[in-house]
Amino acid sequence: MAEVEVRDIRKTFGGPSAAVDGISLTCGDGEYLVLLGPSGCGKTTLLRMIAGLEHPTDGDILIGGRSVRGLPPRARKIAMVFQSYALYPHKKVEQNISFPLEAQGLSREERAEKVRWASGLLGIDHLLQRKPRQLSGGERQRVALARALVREPQVFLLDEPLSNLDAKLRASARLELKQFQQRLGVSTIYVTHDQVEAMGLGDRIAVLNFGRLQQVGTPEEIYHHPANTFVATFVGSPPMNLLERDGKIIGFRPENIELEKNAAARDDASIFRSQVLRVENLGADRYVYLRVKDEKGDTNVIAKLPIDHPLRVAADDDADMVVRKRHLRAFDRSTGEKTAA
Amino acid sequence: MRRTVIVDETVRVHHLLDREEVLGPLMLSPLMIYLVALIGLPLVLVFVYAFSDATTGAEGFSFVGLQTFQKTLDDPVFRVALRNTVVFTVIAQLVVIVLATILGFVLSADFRGRWFVRFLVLLPWTTPIALSALAWLWMLDSLFSPFNWILGQFHVVDVGTPVAWLGQDNLAVTSVVALNAWRTLPLAAVILMAGLTSIPPELNEQAEVDGAGFWRRFFDITLPLLAPIMMVAILFGIVATFTDMAAVYILTRGGPGESTQVLGSWSFITGIQGGSLAQGAAIGIFMFPVLLGVCILMLRRASRVDVV
Repeated sequence: MAEVEVRDIRKTFGGPSAAVDGISLTCGDGEYLVLLGPSGCGKTTLLRMIAGLEHPTDGDILIGGRSVRGLPPRARKIAMVFQSYALYPHKKVEQNISFPLEAQGLSREERAEKVRWASGLLGIDHLLQRKPRQLSGGERQRVALARALVREPQVFLLDEPLSNLDAKLRASARLELKQFQQRLGVSTIYVTHDQVEAMGLGDRIAVLNFGRLQQVGTPEEIYHHPANTFVATFVGSPPMNLLERDGKIIGFRPENIELEKNAAARDDASIFRSQVLRVENLGADRYVYLRVKDEKGDTNVIAKLPIDHPLRVAADDDADMVVRKRHLRAFDRSTGEKTAA
Repeated sequence: MRRTVIVDETVRVHHLLDREEVLGPLMLSPLMIYLVALIGLPLVLVFVYAFSDATTGAEGFSFVGLQTFQKTLDDPVFRVALRNTVVFTVIAQLVVIVLATILGFVLSADFRGRWFVRFLVLLPWTTPIALSALAWLWMLDSLFSPFNWILGQFHVVDVGTPVAWLGQDNLAVTSVVALNAWRTLPLAAVILMAGLTSIPPELNEQAEVDGAGFWRRFFDITLPLLAPIMMVAILFGIVATFTDMAAVYILTRGGPGESTQVLGSWSFITGIQGGSLAQGAAIGIFMFPVLLGVCILMLRRASRVDVV
C-alpha cells in the first residue's frame, strides 16, 4: 500500500496537442481516486504512465515516495485491470490467476495457496478449470480482479473495468468493487467516463479534459461546487443548467428548480421567466424542458421534479423558475472558471 | 392475390441473378472449370498412367497393374529422391519458421521505412521461381559467385580455388534447402505478421504489468497464441517445398550424382525427359499421401473458428 503522486506530468504522441498536459495529482494511501473525463481527455494515458506502459515526456511519478520513472511495469508493484480484462485466452482461469505468481518465481504450493485465497475472496472457486471464453462478462471481471489481487500490489489501476458489463450487472459490480477495495485498503486509481460510477465509487474524483486537470475533490464538492463550466456540465444528469446574466454565467442544478406561475420577487431566490416546451414523465421524476431568454437569446433549461410533486404547468404554458440563491453558482463568462456569485 | 405477381417477376433474368442459388454457382463456374480441367483431370490421368505402361512415344497404352510401382520402388534414385524430399522439407521449414517469426516481429513493428522492409521481404515471393532460381544459379556459380568473392575478401576461402557450391554433395544440398527456405520465407513471414498483429496488445501489456519479462511473454503468451497461425504457415511451406521441382531442376538437375534429387525433379526427368510417362506418374503419386494429410489438416483448421 502506498501513496501515488504524479508531478507536472506531460505526454505528447507527436501531435500538435499533448495527450496529458501538465497534471499534478496525488492518490493518498488507501484512497479510491477516480479519473473522470470524456474520451480522449488523457485519463487512460495518465493511468498507463503510472503503470509504466507509456513513458512520460516530462514530469515524474512517485509510488510510495520513490520515483518510478526509470522502472519497468513489473518493478512498480502495481496491478492493472484493463477495460477488456485481457485474460490470457489459452490459459485456464487458474493459470490466469497464477501467472503473476509464476513470474515472481513462487513455488507450486505457494501459488496454489494464493490462487485459492484470491478465488475464494471473489467467489470464483468453481470456475478455476474453465477457459476465459467459457465465462460471462461478470465472471471475467472477477478473474481479472483475482489476477490483480494475487500480486498483493501497492496500487490497483483499473481502466474502465465496468464498461464491458451490461447495465443490470453494473450497479451490483460497482458495489462489489467498492467493498472489495475497502476490505483490502489498497490505493486504487480508477479510470471512467461514467460520472455515475465516479460519484458512486470515488473517495475523490479528478475531472480531466483536454489533457488538463479541471478539478479534484470529493464527489460532493465536484457536484455542488464545480470549478468551471466543463465540470458543471460533465457531472450530473441532466447536467447543470447555464444561463448568461449580468455579464456572468449563472449555473443551477435541474433538481433545484421550482416551477411557479406568476412568482413574486423574493430575497432568497432568483426568478427566471420561462416557457414550458415539453414535460417528460420518467417514473420517479419528471423532466420539464423550458426555454429562457438570456443575454445570448434563447437558452434551453431542464428542470427535474419528483413525480409526487404537483405540476401546475403544461407544454406551451408560461412558467417562472424559482432557484434559491444558495443553489446558484456563478462562472466567469470568458474563462468559464468559478467566480463569486 | 399478390402471389401471382411475384411468380411472374421471378422469371426475369435480373431477378434470377438476385437468387443466391443461381448467382453463386454462376460466379463459381470459371473457377470450377479451371480446377477440373487443369488440376482435377491431370490428377486423374496421373492415377491412370501410374497403373499403365504409357510412354511419350506411343499413343496407346495398356494397364499393367502394380508393375510400375514395383519398378519405381526398386529404383535406388527414387529412394534417394524420397528421402531428400522429406529431409529438405523438414529442414527448410524449420529454418523458415524461426526466421519467419523474427521477421514477423520486424514487419509488425512500427518504425521508419517499414514499407521498404516489407517490400524487400516480399520480393522473393513475387518473383517467379524459375527467374529467382536462375539468379541463385549465378550467385552459386563456382567462378562468378559473389559469395566466393566476399569470402575471398575476408580470406575465408582461397580466391584461387573457389568453392564449387553446387559441385559438392553437402554444399549442393545446403544450397537447395537454402533456396527453398528463401522462397517460402516471405509468405510465412507475412502470415506470422498477420498472426502477431491479431494478438490484442493488452495481453502483452497485461503480462508486462503481471511481472513477465520478454522471454516469458514470448514463450508463455505470444507463442501459444501464434501457434494456430504458425501451423498454417508451416502447411503452406510444406506444400511448396514438398512439391518443388523447379528449384532443384534449375540449380542442380538433381546432381551432383543424384544427391539433390527430389520426387518432383525425378518424376519430371523420368516421365517427360526419359519418356516413361507411367513411371513419372508413379513417382509423383508418392507425394500424394503427404499432400492429402496437409489438405485435411488445413481444411480442419479452416473450419474450426477459435474465438478468443
